[in-house]
Amino acid sequence: MAQAFFGGVHPNDMKAATNEKAIEQLAPPAEVVIPMSMHFGAPCTPLVKAGDLVKVGQKIGEFRGLGAPIHASVSGKVKAVEPRPYSMGGNMMSVVIENDFQDTVSEEVQAPADPNALSVEEMIEIVKQAGIVGMGGATFPTHVKISGGIGKVDNVLINGAECEPYITGDHRTMLERPEEIIGGCKYLAKMFGVDKVTIGVEDNKQNGIDAMNKVIAEQNAPVEVVPLHCRYPQGGEKQLCQALTGKQVPPGGLPSNIGCAVFNINTTCAIYRAITTGMPVVNKIVTVSGSGVVEPKNLECPIGTPVSCLFDACGGLKDGTYKLVAGGPMMGMAQYTAEVPVGKGTGAMLAFCENEEQTVENPQCIRCGKCVAACPVHLEPLFMYQYAEKGMVDELNEAHIMDCMECGACAYACPARMHLTQMFKTGKQLVKDKAAADKAAAEAKKAAEEKKEA
Amino acid sequence: MNDYKNLKLIATSNPHIRSSETTRSIMLDVIIAMLPALAFACFNFGFRALTLTAVSVIGCMFFEWAYRKVMKKPQSVGDLSCVVTGMLLALTCPVQMPYWMILIGDFFAIILAKQLFGGIGKNFINPALVGRAMLVASYAGTMTSWADPAGPKAALFGATPDLITTATPLAMMKGGNFDALLATYDVPAMFLGQIPGSVGEVSAVALLLGGIYLLWRKVINWQIPVAYIATVAVLSFLFPKAGTGLEWMLYSIFGGGLFLGAFFMATDYATSPVTKKGQLIFGIGCGLFTVLIRYFGSYNEGVCYSIMVMNLLVALIDKYTKPTRFGVVKSDKKEAAAK
Repeated sequence: MAQAFFGGVHPNDMKAATNEKAIEQLAPPAEVVIPMSMHFGAPCTPLVKAGDLVKVGQKIGEFRGLGAPIHASVSGKVKAVEPRPYSMGGNMMSVVIENDFQDTVSEEVQAPADPNALSVEEMIEIVKQAGIVGMGGATFPTHVKISGGIGKVDNVLINGAECEPYITGDHRTMLERPEEIIGGCKYLAKMFGVDKVTIGVEDNKQNGIDAMNKVIAEQNAPVEVVPLHCRYPQGGEKQLCQALTGKQVPPGGLPSNIGCAVFNINTTCAIYRAITTGMPVVNKIVTVSGSGVVEPKNLECPIGTPVSCLFDACGGLKDGTYKLVAGGPMMGMAQYTAEVPVGKGTGAMLAFCENEEQTVENPQCIRCGKCVAACPVHLEPLFMYQYAEKGMVDELNEAHIMDCMECGACAYACPARMHLTQMFKTGKQLVKDKAAADKAAAEAKKAAEEKKEA
Repeated sequence: MNDYKNLKLIATSNPHIRSSETTRSIMLDVIIAMLPALAFACFNFGFRALTLTAVSVIGCMFFEWAYRKVMKKPQSVGDLSCVVTGMLLALTCPVQMPYWMILIGDFFAIILAKQLFGGIGKNFINPALVGRAMLVASYAGTMTSWADPAGPKAALFGATPDLITTATPLAMMKGGNFDALLATYDVPAMFLGQIPGSVGEVSAVALLLGGIYLLWRKVINWQIPVAYIATVAVLSFLFPKAGTGLEWMLYSIFGGGLFLGAFFMATDYATSPVTKKGQLIFGIGCGLFTVLIRYFGSYNEGVCYSIMVMNLLVALIDKYTKPTRFGVVKSDKKEAAAK
């Protein structure tokens, strides 16, 4: 079994609530709100205006620079193009579509005549046009990862760790759609020109491993499934690379620096669907769970479905629900409204009605060092907290705060309930602000000197 | 269905779940771990061991509460750390000492060593040891006379006129009476703790039981206690002043406060290094200073002062035992050093 990395924590996985429930199709929502930013990079430009008729799979947002296009997830009439709340916080320009419940598929969606005859360039173009991004939550555009990695990458890794508590979407996909995963792996192997693709799965999903192994044996596919220790954040890209290859991504680097490329299970499925059917990313599997949900479920819904529709399909929220989280409980973002829509990276919608954090009023660090032992990046959170609290920017840099990936392991482990992750977000901003100010000051000085000389 | 517009939601930073361990639960575990030693103390020295501990705990809780009240700071008695300090201080004192005296120790421990530096986690030196060191300096006579467990038990109130005081094993070792010590107490008696000494230090087996509980509950790491006891054991085995190396070693580690210090004092979070590597160095340093004081110092026992000296070095140890950040492998480090 692949060894775990140094550090990390072992939260109760809470997956029993949904891991035996098959993925259900959500009853089509009356309206979808599709935000123009569901990827890492600048927001898309809307291609439609209010009153337009759109069909499923039609491109409605075009990207500039780093990004991925966005498609209509239902057919119907565009009701508005306006800023709406979205899951990353604040408002984002969104296309609001009134569903006509016809599910008319756009002419733009064309299945290739022979998917196996496609060249590498053609496949990458299909992935790009399908708007595929990292579905695990990081939402990095997949076509950029593939085209940037070809030639450098000799280890293609599929991330099936699913180490966040509660989330079971990837697990259910392994059980219900293993052919799509293995099919996607085969296309990825072809694109990167590698002989083997490795799927890493935490060993609490043994039946998922078995289901994929069965398909691998049937198809004689060049894919290997490796069980991993259960330990958060095993599904962190860099931790997964270390567990599967033994190599560490250098600070500030990417997996491609050590010849790795990592794709999420559902990203792999999306690649398979795009190449075989031409259908872009229009649906998302969301685990709806947590102590505030009456009947937790795995739901597949159109992108842009308001999360309130998901909760309604799960029997509603219990009284006293005080927190909604888009994503897992360790790294997900708390929402201030239930109006936010499902995005490409929303793997879970959690509702909590108990104080699961057991916060205290006046947290005091007791220097127990449990955060140091928990940090998967090998930093010293307790000292970083002190520096950030006092605004000591140089010390923050020396403590390598920019390496922090905000995984929340330190704060999870902290018996004193310090708000570590929150303070590091503040601290990182301090470092960025200082760097920007220094740069501006240096440029101003340079400009002044040039003026003097002139 | 729900009225989603009127949900009362809070939006805080991740993570949204926390482990079940809290400062209070950790302190409670430490208290539980001290109970075997306290129970043995009652058996060995009589119930004054219990009342002395109770007075000390109440004293520490009062000083903590009063300081926070006077200084208008949020109350912190609920985290139970002051209870731990009170218990630890009592465990390091002789059983027959007057109750008012231990309250003076409590005052120095809580006010001087802990609260003046900002309270829990901010003190750089172990409060219970500061309390003990102040008492030894102020009341040297009382603090160095030890009741003989074979004699009459100390009275619950007032002085005990017929109390027999006797030399501790470490005093006999220091005084060159090792043969007499071997004749008075055999190794099982030393391990079990039927020997003179402070309230909580005598029984190695009871302290070991508590230490194993703390290790099992993951309250402490093995590095400090193991490094500490092993260092003392190895040094005393190699350099016996009398008898065989093994005899000298066994009496060195079972006599005196080594187990109490190694499991309960040196492992204090606020005053020990945060990395495992640092904790190993800290433990070895404690062992080294303990042996040096026992061999060459004027005191019989060196546990208290060796831990206090190492407490002062924690910041330095932390500075030089920082973990290597993720992604920097050994060859990179060498290259960086070469530049």
